[in-house]
Amino acid sequence: MTTKLRGKSAIVGTGHAGFGEAHGLTAYDVMAQSALAALGDAGLKLSDVDGLLCTMMEDSMPALMAAEYLGIQPRFIDGTMTGGSSFVNYLTSATMALEAGLCDVALIVYGSNQRTASGRLVTASRPPAYEAPYNPRYPISAYAMAAARHMHEFGTTREQLADVAVAARAWAQHNPEAFERGPLSRADVLGARMVGDPLTVRDCCLVTDGGGAIVMVRADRARDFPKAPVYVLGSAAESSHRQISQMKDFTVTAARESGARAFAAAGVSPSDIQAVELYDAFTINTILFLEDLGFCAKGEGGAFVEGGRIAPGGVLPVNTNGGGLSCVHPGMYGIFTVIEAARQIRGDAPGIQLKDVDLALAHGNGGVLSSQVTAILGSQNTL
Amino acid sequence: MPDATGPDQIFQRALTNGEIMLPRCDDCGAYHFFPRVLCPHCHGTAISWHPASGKGRVHTTTVVRQKPERGGDYNVCVVELEEGVRMMSRVEGIAPGDIVIDMAVTAFVGGAEGQPAVLFKPAEV
Repeated sequence: MTTKLRGKSAIVGTGHAGFGEAHGLTAYDVMAQSALAALGDAGLKLSDVDGLLCTMMEDSMPALMAAEYLGIQPRFIDGTMTGGSSFVNYLTSATMALEAGLCDVALIVYGSNQRTASGRLVTASRPPAYEAPYNPRYPISAYAMAAARHMHEFGTTREQLADVAVAARAWAQHNPEAFERGPLSRADVLGARMVGDPLTVRDCCLVTDGGGAIVMVRADRARDFPKAPVYVLGSAAESSHRQISQMKDFTVTAARESGARAFAAAGVSPSDIQAVELYDAFTINTILFLEDLGFCAKGEGGAFVEGGRIAPGGVLPVNTNGGGLSCVHPGMYGIFTVIEAARQIRGDAPGIQLKDVDLALAHGNGGVLSSQVTAILGSQNTL
Repeated sequence: MPDATGPDQIFQRALTNGEIMLPRCDDCGAYHFFPRVLCPHCHGTAISWHPASGKGRVHTTTVVRQKPERGGDYNVCVVELEEGVRMMSRVEGIAPGDIVIDMAVTAFVGGAEGQPAVLFKPAEV
């Protein structure tokens, strides 16, 4: 997205369903409940939706399955699958479609029942041919190797990684919607079961059920809905690889490029951002993205997160809902970065509500640090 | 595969014969991996095959933790070969936890999942 599209679209509804365990429900059931929740939030009906942006972990044509399930016949559809970043990426295509008049009400939606269905990551994606023979555990081995390289090059410590999980839990403890709200110390993270060195099970995101949805309209009618509109000021993507063995520099993600272009489109800089919502599939993600998005210098992410600096009361509010590490992680978390950013701006965050948030950042990650998408959201005051 | 002509077939046939062959672009001279019909660096399509030196260094590494009854812990790593390409593999002949970044390793054709595959062992000093 360029400055031409700054503020041209707005989020007027958000919703979610099935957080934690959605017993007896299919992934599409959770998807549909999320859609209804977001449309209810916007004061709209399913019959108003004429743009659908959706992907799921099941099937090769999930957007078609979703439209069929919902009983709608969208005239604009986007099912681009870039992993967990897809839903942040849809902010760009929804804005383009709305602005071009290809649709009037865009619904971004996702749902999963991976916890109650199997208790592990469910994916229709096949392991890459030149990696599969070595049995990497997908996706943790990839992130573990990125963490190992970051530790090697910059002296990042396991304690610093652990502090990311501790901060996420501290936010989650105030959020009644979060799945894990018990106390969590640095020692708990370090002493937890090692699953892929240097990451323990507490360095890894949750496996939960859950779905989320976002309703978007053109900015010119965004003030006609019950909730305060949240404008998309900038959004940008960059993709660098698919297989982790093809990642050029294991310590630098394409968030550097996606972030720079999103900030340029929005006309703001990292120091302006009041709430930062990052896709924290693993503790190393938060460190990498804080560096690559410009909140600190490359290599300084470990020190940046240390000792509660991104926890409540710290220097920068990061993952204020508890993130994928402690709030919810139903296979793909990207949509929840946007929902939490929007709710912080609207003033109805489920956990700690920060004061007077006008600017928030949502960052999606897909694949194995492969696809990076950054969005800057703003209140009416930022137009 | 006597009539192997595709990039993947050529690579796999060499492995079956106990050889590690790497694709190199005739236009820009750079190696690439995995095998494909074009050079990912300059996008040229004239690709020739060359025996790998077998010399490499561990670029990054992890231990996949697994219960002993399921086969125990094992190594997964990414090795950078002298030719400048990287590949996922594992280092054998050393405990998974003793494999460190920058360790010098030597390639050999071993077996993974019942198929011939490029594996590594610590380089002899």
